[in-house]
Amino acid sequence: MTTETLPIRPEDPFLEALQSKDPSSEEAQTWLVPIRQAGIAAYSQGGLPTTAHEDWRFTSLANLREVTFDLSLAPSTLSAMELESLPDPLQGKESIRLVLVDGQLDEGLSSRSLLPQGITLMSMKEAIQSHQTSIKAHLGQYTYGNDSPFAALNSALFCDGVYLHLPAGVELEIPIHIMHVTSDSSQGRVSLARNFFHLEQRASATVLETFCGPNKGAYLTSPTLECRVEDQAKLEHIKIQDESPEAFHMACVYASIDREAHFKSHYLSLGGKLSRNHIRTHLNGEGLCCTLNGLYLAQGHQVMDQHMVVDHAKPHTESHEYFNGILDDQSRGVFHGRIHVRQIAQKTDAKQTNKNLLLSEEAIADTKPQLEIYADDVRCTHGATIGQLDEEAIWYLRSRGIPRATARRMLVHAFAGEIIDRIDHPCIRESLDQLIWDQLEKLPHFHTHTSTDPS
Amino acid sequence: MSNSSLLSITNLKAGVEGRTILKGVNLEIQAGEVHAIMGPNGSGKSTLASVIAGREGYEILGGGIRFKDQDILDLEPDERAHLGLFLAFQYPVEIPGVNTTYFLKSAINENRKARGQEELDAVAFLKFIKEKARLLDLPEDFLKRSLNVGFSGGEKKRNEIFQMAALEPTVAVLDETDSGLDIDALKVVANGVNQLRSPERAQLVITHYQRLLDYIVPDVVHVLYNGQIIKSGPKELALELEAKGYDWVIEEAGQAAAVTSQS
Repeated sequence: MTTETLPIRPEDPFLEALQSKDPSSEEAQTWLVPIRQAGIAAYSQGGLPTTAHEDWRFTSLANLREVTFDLSLAPSTLSAMELESLPDPLQGKESIRLVLVDGQLDEGLSSRSLLPQGITLMSMKEAIQSHQTSIKAHLGQYTYGNDSPFAALNSALFCDGVYLHLPAGVELEIPIHIMHVTSDSSQGRVSLARNFFHLEQRASATVLETFCGPNKGAYLTSPTLECRVEDQAKLEHIKIQDESPEAFHMACVYASIDREAHFKSHYLSLGGKLSRNHIRTHLNGEGLCCTLNGLYLAQGHQVMDQHMVVDHAKPHTESHEYFNGILDDQSRGVFHGRIHVRQIAQKTDAKQTNKNLLLSEEAIADTKPQLEIYADDVRCTHGATIGQLDEEAIWYLRSRGIPRATARRMLVHAFAGEIIDRIDHPCIRESLDQLIWDQLEKLPHFHTHTSTDPS
Repeated sequence: MSNSSLLSITNLKAGVEGRTILKGVNLEIQAGEVHAIMGPNGSGKSTLASVIAGREGYEILGGGIRFKDQDILDLEPDERAHLGLFLAFQYPVEIPGVNTTYFLKSAINENRKARGQEELDAVAFLKFIKEKARLLDLPEDFLKRSLNVGFSGGEKKRNEIFQMAALEPTVAVLDETDSGLDIDALKVVANGVNQLRSPERAQLVITHYQRLLDYIVPDVVHVLYNGQIIKSGPKELALELEAKGYDWVIEEAGQAAAVTSQS
């Protein structure tokens, strides 16, 4: 045993570093200074919240506080071979691929050869300089004033990410795949990608974001995505979180959606020690439709949190949230969904469901659906369930000759399939279906339910 | 017991949660026969169907069930299905996310596998089930839909008969398949059952109403009351029950029991 003393970890892992920043002298882009300052100010108001905070009641950041993070944000490199070894749901399919290593774009690993003329898809670091006028009016505008400490952290410190812009009427068929890779197991690495997707009127695109990392080591991925989906535009966004077992993944997604636009955003959570999707959508035009659709598969001691607010700010808007959780071992799934209907938002049609399937006696699901309605002519429904597999259904399948273990697998797969089936893009849907099937097979209690497993 | 007896139930006693429901049921069904079981509510009809098919949660308190000359009481429900037993549910279960085609293919292939037959490939399977579906007048897209989800009561019952037609069981037990059906649906269901009739097979039709038996003509009609079969007779018995109700049978059985206990 060594006798050396351990470094004292600060009560808040980021506060001191943020407060020592001086954006007005350190930030080269003057227009970014207020964004940085706003981030620092928002974070400084409370730092990392405790479970005393209503929005964090079920999700403790205690484990995250114990890690000493490295805020230098210096990216490492990834070889082409290492990249090939990472799972790619669009392998062998046509796609436009951007690779971010530790939150920063790696041009050499990216492939944009299929990107049509007129569409901008580039590094945020570069766009901040070259596309200043296009970005300035939007960046930081959709985050509800950095309403999450992780968005605040991102705003204060991000140095790269992805900027996507589709001009009016441009429809992109080929999916864009943004691979977020944490490079190595160096302890305390932090990746803060800042992404902005801007679809002008009638444009359409499909964007897949995947997150993965090394097999070992505690690291933090905290991406913030802002989307602006203008009139009649259509964005399908699929986010797959498959971080390594000790990782923290704290993502923020903000979307501002205009008249008759479609925003469909899918969240697949598989990895990480603690992960959270913080989603805020601003429904800002009549006739639009917003769908948030997610599946979380947790095992071991994983904690997976889905936290969303859908803000109906105009009349005649439609929103759906569907989140299914499959929880094994001593894992915990958290769902918090609020539908906020402003007084002006008459004829809102909102539906929210959260269903949790517990595969072990020790798994925990916390669900908190909320309706906050200030208009009087709306249709809002919500429902939440926590339970085990339906024994009636198992009996029915068995009576047809299907053995219990197979019946069980069919039902778990069906439960996951409900979510996967909502993905429009056929290629992505098919490969995610396979991915989920493989993941389910790995769950300890996929085949048989046991109350306690001493092994 | 005759050699051609497919299903043989002897002095079967069964219950649930400490309550005895079946109090000594005796039933012999020969190959080629259709038997009907009628009886007032609460007489144990659905329990009998569930126990034959092997539903968990029932306690077997005595007696036995032999199917194709094999004791099946210790078999799992899926193993009973593999032997050729089928139960058409009174309340078919809705299973969201399980596609009807996928379900049927799994079921048929599990049965084939258990019987040492080769599994059907996708093309052969589709051809096979489309043929069967035509017989039952099911909605066009039902094969693509989740199992029973969004089906009307009548569609669910037809789906049961469709599954039966596809699985071609040796003995089918139909648990009040006629309840909630209009006359057209009833004819479709009856037609499905009649298609399956053959000298090698048998059906056990559990029903409340004589109506179904106009279309599926039984060889024997039994009256189940208070957990026992108290009367068996030819198909005309169903008409008599329809006209006169059950009281006379119950009374008759009561007198017979009294005579037996006196002697």
